[in-house]
Amino acid sequence: MATKFTAKPDELSKLDYKPPKKGWMDNPVEFKENTFCWGAKGKNLKIIDFPNARDWSPAEEDWKLPENWQEIVLEGIKERLSKYRSLRLFMDICVRCGACADKCHFFIGSGDPKNMPVLRAELLRSIYRRYFTASGKMLGKIAGARELTIDVLKELWYYYYQCTECRRCSVFCPYGIDQAEITMMGRELLNLLGLNIDWIAGPVANCYMKGNHLGLEPHTIKNGIEFFLDDIETVTGIKIKPTFNRKGAEILFVTPSGDLFADPGTYTCMGYLMLFHELGLDYTWSTYASEGGNFGFFTSNEMAKRLNAKIYAEAKRLGVKWIIGGECGHMWRVVHQYMDTWNGPADFLEEPVSPITGTKFENAKSTKMVHIAEFTADLIKNGKLKLDPSRNDHLKVTWHDSCNTARGMGILEEPRYVLRNVCNHFYEMPEETIRERTFCCGSGTGLNASENMELRMRGGFARANAVKYVRDRYGVNMLANICAIDRATLKALMEYWAPDVQVAGLHELVANALVMKGEKERTQDLRLEPLPGKEAKE
Amino acid sequence: MRLNSLLADKKASILGKWFDIIIESYPPDTSNFLKNQGSRFANPIGSTISQGIEDIFDELLRGPNPLQAEGKTSQFLDNIVRIRAVQDFTPSQALSFIFPLKRIIREELTVEIAGSRFSDEILAFESAIDNLALSAFDIYIKCREQIYEIKANESKSMTFRLLQMANLINDNNGHGPDSKENNNLKIKRGEVKK
Repeated sequence: MATKFTAKPDELSKLDYKPPKKGWMDNPVEFKENTFCWGAKGKNLKIIDFPNARDWSPAEEDWKLPENWQEIVLEGIKERLSKYRSLRLFMDICVRCGACADKCHFFIGSGDPKNMPVLRAELLRSIYRRYFTASGKMLGKIAGARELTIDVLKELWYYYYQCTECRRCSVFCPYGIDQAEITMMGRELLNLLGLNIDWIAGPVANCYMKGNHLGLEPHTIKNGIEFFLDDIETVTGIKIKPTFNRKGAEILFVTPSGDLFADPGTYTCMGYLMLFHELGLDYTWSTYASEGGNFGFFTSNEMAKRLNAKIYAEAKRLGVKWIIGGECGHMWRVVHQYMDTWNGPADFLEEPVSPITGTKFENAKSTKMVHIAEFTADLIKNGKLKLDPSRNDHLKVTWHDSCNTARGMGILEEPRYVLRNVCNHFYEMPEETIRERTFCCGSGTGLNASENMELRMRGGFARANAVKYVRDRYGVNMLANICAIDRATLKALMEYWAPDVQVAGLHELVANALVMKGEKERTQDLRLEPLPGKEAKE
Repeated sequence: MRLNSLLADKKASILGKWFDIIIESYPPDTSNFLKNQGSRFANPIGSTISQGIEDIFDELLRGPNPLQAEGKTSQFLDNIVRIRAVQDFTPSQALSFIFPLKRIIREELTVEIAGSRFSDEILAFESAIDNLALSAFDIYIKCREQIYEIKANESKSMTFRLLQMANLINDNNGHGPDSKENNNLKIKRGEVKK
């Protein structure tokens, strides 16, 4: 208080715009439009038998919680502490060294201290200490403990739906504390009270009932792909005839449903179709396992497992030998780190071997599922594709490492190798913003709704800032990636922070460069835009 | 322009104070980070502000910008306002960073401007700062409008393919029903026309 009375008048006038110096525990969340997602609708929670299904709004005072909500949360924490050793470890071992503090894209872009990973974890740790440690029970606030009040619950909700589980912070943590897992636990606890967001709950319900996030039924999936076939014929003169739900195919192809409906993912999807056709691959699409993505993963461990089960079930039903997966981020985190233990062993499948090159994908020995970037890189390495990278000469491309594929499973070199072979102008973003240290798009883990656009712009700023740098320095005009959420959301991010930079999936660029047997001279790219220097003669 | 050369001499000190005031509009834990981190990629807010205010100050010293006459705004100002337009600030808080420059200049030049020396030049310079604030207001509104526009466009492009699949629209590329009514729905493929 002393400073207040010794301050000069001009110093006092400065205070107007300074934030109040309150401790972090005493700053309840204010829900401002554009920074949070809508609450999960009752009908969507009902479909998957989740508790407290009702319509509610985060901005309203009353969240329509059950009377014993505190008991439910505390029981939920207790159960998870006994089930997951990692959670207890992460609650206990942080020494608050601050190594993670400035590594989060949400903190870097928002300047909100509660987006420092250490503080975001502290939101849950403070409750853990109060109810599950002797020091917290006795000393309370002094020991960093606090009561679980409704304001605290709202704060948990606000910030745990403001973390994209990208794990950049964990790369820098000397103890290896994985903030993504803390967020996962936080979201599980919130789901015990029906506190999901609708952008996650809707897709989860759809996926549970129809097999994909959009709720596309078999005929719609088939129609959608047929549209792409018409466009491919326009561009190449080649009529492709893929198969659906074909028993006895060698390979099942699974990709995120975002590729089926939203540009520019749709062009990536055309890329898959063209590549597989050119190879004469014995593969099939499935209208049941029609979703590689898994928004259950952003809900709870159990929900993710339920949604994931259909991939092996369909592989078994169709009698395929192995699976190729399309370009998606979190789908691969699930496949790589969870699918085998949840729904494996997939002993009815064979160890994947490329029918074109004979390469054994030993890394997929257990899951039997191969990433398409690995598959294509192997084709190129073995000289099996005829490519004309000059068709992408109008593009100056940079590569965005998607968090889940880069940090989650180490796919760093394969897409770069493919990219260097299909285009002539490739420029890396600065080292500290790519590979394991890549910055998130700011819209992952189901935060790719539109109502939280301001938050997305904050979260994606660090990524966009690096893109802007290569745009200004090298004239980069294309941001390539292997993630459906990236393709859907980076477009908006670029529009705000780095206009003139477009977004493409890797296999769109592959297909543009792919010289197909019997094709006509290409004058257009997959977007049906004229290829510079190769326009149709009048 | 004797004032301008005085201001140019004091540039480092003026910018230092201006930077500190802007950074202090963030919570204390954050302002330490924004002040102390060097890399423009690890700390894009701090580095954009620090570089931006220097460029803005240089622009002010150069005098009226011919671009402003054409209604164009400073890119450096845009870089800073664009960030603050999506952060947790009210509109007035977001743009509050401009006005303290006046006070800092008067503090820095207390001796030199005593006895109404340079009063015309000071008035002109402060008017330029006022214009900067008006310009920042234009940028701020443009940024906010853009957020809503991006939201709307995102929803439209998400439904475009579904409408196309449902045979409800014609994209002038040969898909969809060939009716005049549908041709009026001028939605370009891959990008919704504004």
